[in-house]
Amino acid sequence: MHSWKKHSRIWIAAMVLLGLVLSSAAWAGKKDDTLNVAFTKELESLDRYFNTAREGIVFARHVYDNLLFRDPETYEYEGLLAKSFEWEDEVTLNIELRQGVEFHNGQEMTADDAVYTLNYAADPDNKVKTQRYSNWIDKAEKTGPYSFTIHLKYPFPPALEFLSGANPVYPKDYHQEVGYKGFGVKPIGTGPYKATEIEPGKRLVLVKNENYFQNSPKGQPSIGKIVWRTLPEMNTQVAELITGSLDWAFLVPPDQAEQLKKVPNVQVVPAETMRIGYLTFDAANFSETKHDIDNPFKEVKVRQAVSHAINRQAIADNLIGGGSRPIYTPCYPSQLGCIEEAAKEYAYDPEKAQELLTEAGYPDGFDCILYAYRNRPFAEAMVGNLKAVGIDAKLVMMKYSALRERQRAGKTPLQFLTWGSYSINDVSAIISNFFEHEADDITRDPKLKEWLEAADKEMDTEKRKELYGKAIARITERAYWAPLFSYVSNNCFSKDLNFTPYPDAVPRFYMATWK
Amino acid sequence: MLIYFCKRLGLAVLVTIAVSMISFMMIRVSGDPAIALAGEAATSEEIEFVREQYGFDRPLIVQYLEWASRAIRGDLGESPYMNLPVTEMIGNRIGVTMTLGICALSFAVLLSVPLGVLAAIRPNTWIDRLALTISVIGQAMPSFWFGLIMIIVLGVKFRLLPISGAETPAHFIMPTIALGYYATPAIMRLVRSGMLEVLASDHIRTAKAKGLRWGKILYKHALRNAIIPVVAVLAVQLGFMLGGSIVIETVFALHGIGHLAWVSIGRSDLPVVQAIVLLLSIIYVVLTFLSDMLNAFLDPRIRVK
Repeated sequence: MHSWKKHSRIWIAAMVLLGLVLSSAAWAGKKDDTLNVAFTKELESLDRYFNTAREGIVFARHVYDNLLFRDPETYEYEGLLAKSFEWEDEVTLNIELRQGVEFHNGQEMTADDAVYTLNYAADPDNKVKTQRYSNWIDKAEKTGPYSFTIHLKYPFPPALEFLSGANPVYPKDYHQEVGYKGFGVKPIGTGPYKATEIEPGKRLVLVKNENYFQNSPKGQPSIGKIVWRTLPEMNTQVAELITGSLDWAFLVPPDQAEQLKKVPNVQVVPAETMRIGYLTFDAANFSETKHDIDNPFKEVKVRQAVSHAINRQAIADNLIGGGSRPIYTPCYPSQLGCIEEAAKEYAYDPEKAQELLTEAGYPDGFDCILYAYRNRPFAEAMVGNLKAVGIDAKLVMMKYSALRERQRAGKTPLQFLTWGSYSINDVSAIISNFFEHEADDITRDPKLKEWLEAADKEMDTEKRKELYGKAIARITERAYWAPLFSYVSNNCFSKDLNFTPYPDAVPRFYMATWK
Repeated sequence: MLIYFCKRLGLAVLVTIAVSMISFMMIRVSGDPAIALAGEAATSEEIEFVREQYGFDRPLIVQYLEWASRAIRGDLGESPYMNLPVTEMIGNRIGVTMTLGICALSFAVLLSVPLGVLAAIRPNTWIDRLALTISVIGQAMPSFWFGLIMIIVLGVKFRLLPISGAETPAHFIMPTIALGYYATPAIMRLVRSGMLEVLASDHIRTAKAKGLRWGKILYKHALRNAIIPVVAVLAVQLGFMLGGSIVIETVFALHGIGHLAWVSIGRSDLPVVQAIVLLLSIIYVVLTFLSDMLNAFLDPRIRVK
């Protein structure tokens, strides 16, 4: 008792001090024109050619500009840094640049910069991590102060897609001076925002580029400052959205999004993304031939039975929500070449599934393992669906890299996988990736390889679509995959913010405004 | 004492080497680093390219020996993922983790020592049981869950404390409690049993007979004796806390080495994981070694054996 009285002054002083410390942690937001955003993953490098995460695409869209621009609604291409572009022939693309575009350091962007950046990315010696985005380029050649030509190694139909999505232009002199490592921590671009404060892996501050060039199809940025933080735990992001210390988050899981809907200062806008979920079967039968693992899925009727057994609609409605829908194509429907009419639809029909299993010689079903790397609840629902038709699937969750290694070794009869196509609106980013006899191909259908390789190099869009349509028909008829559902990203953000999400799941803060 | 010292030191070095070897193997087993590094959309050529580029195609033992020989010279290599020297990455983050560890340990001591003393003064009464309950709850609750509950109550409901980051001292309050609370029961029980033993001893009776004030007896004659084993345990607890901060740092987005370890495991960033495991095991081994020495110094029976 005595000691409390003796020390009470110290205690009160401590409380007051604590109060002062706490009140100094003021929340930002609309008042001070600062948009607080969070991502769960930290970026390994701010150099687009040296990171592979979605966050890297998001950063690049704000700080850099690509040569071309893909309209997020119509998917049409137009010039961004390019004033105009024209195919001379199948492997030669002429580009005329805009004049008067400045990098954040005040230097003017010219053909030298564009040519340098493309050649840098295309040169395997520079070891960029995103080889695929630029390895179709043979070389870029300057033809005038603001004009140059891209020579392709071979006809490459998605060239415009990659030039609009993945190949930003860097300032030659600065990049040469600091090298890719220096550039990765202190980048300079022409984009609508400048990176002014960088604490790698922790926090970035982007400030509006007041000199952003007029007539950019991106429009002029409106919000003054973006504070970008890495908050690895989604629960923490949700808590901060509620208190208002965070203005924007995405990829919020459905149950947490549901909670956030009840919060007065937060709006939840679900948006379908290009990511689709699907089951793969070891149709090439590597499991049996290489490892002696039981593989009922070598039988087309078993694969079809599984395709009928999964209740896609129930998973889409109840577990994903927010406009997720069943998918029957081995690609996202908006992708060029994803011909929905070509696909065979497997309606949810457990009885049909059982009939097919009986025909395949499994009247009592069988035991198997379902491998998966994310979304345990979805996989568990599928295990339940399979159980109902007699297939006893044991769920094994693995880390992504470990599962992929296992698949490549040919030890995965049945897998639940997902693919986001890296937001590339072209089926070559998904179907060609998995059916051209590469390491990830566990189907090995020679017909598919033939058609897809022809389609990948076909410059005539109609002919291309026809070939991809044939491939989609074959993949679905033979049930090499069981496409399942689309993914939805729940965009959760402050009620003060005008923000539009798009299926490519690349947030465009430069288009956002305060209400 | 010297023989004992040498034996213990040799054991500590062996433990460190064993930990580094086991962790090296375990990380390899958990996934192909080349696949993780090349990213989700990488083609097989890209993955092979990465594999050769970073030498993942060489035998495991060669990779380990090469790493170990450089590590001994203080070169922990470069993160292939971040393209930054590992020492720099750890150097930037160790401050946060150390601050958190020391704060959490202080919190644990400040909570558990008074509780232990209280429980010992009134053994087998409601005070004793209450003190025990308070401290056992700490161990029974998973720290990440307790952390989230605090976020909901103190951060969201009453808006008293900031939820994430490490900008101000206030940012450390919730993580400190979440991490420190977990260590409370071990220390508290040790204080309680130590105090009970000491309070029953002759010199306390003598002190009472001399007419000393109760407070002085408790503090000067009893606690000082009872606290000796606690000091040894604290060293081990600090090691636990540095390891336990992996979860807490993730929940509160404190970018210390715990969080760094967590993300690096996810992306198979081997040099970083390796370095953190090495660092934490060295800290742990050193602390355990020191506590062994302290015990041996205080209690001759240990070193004679």
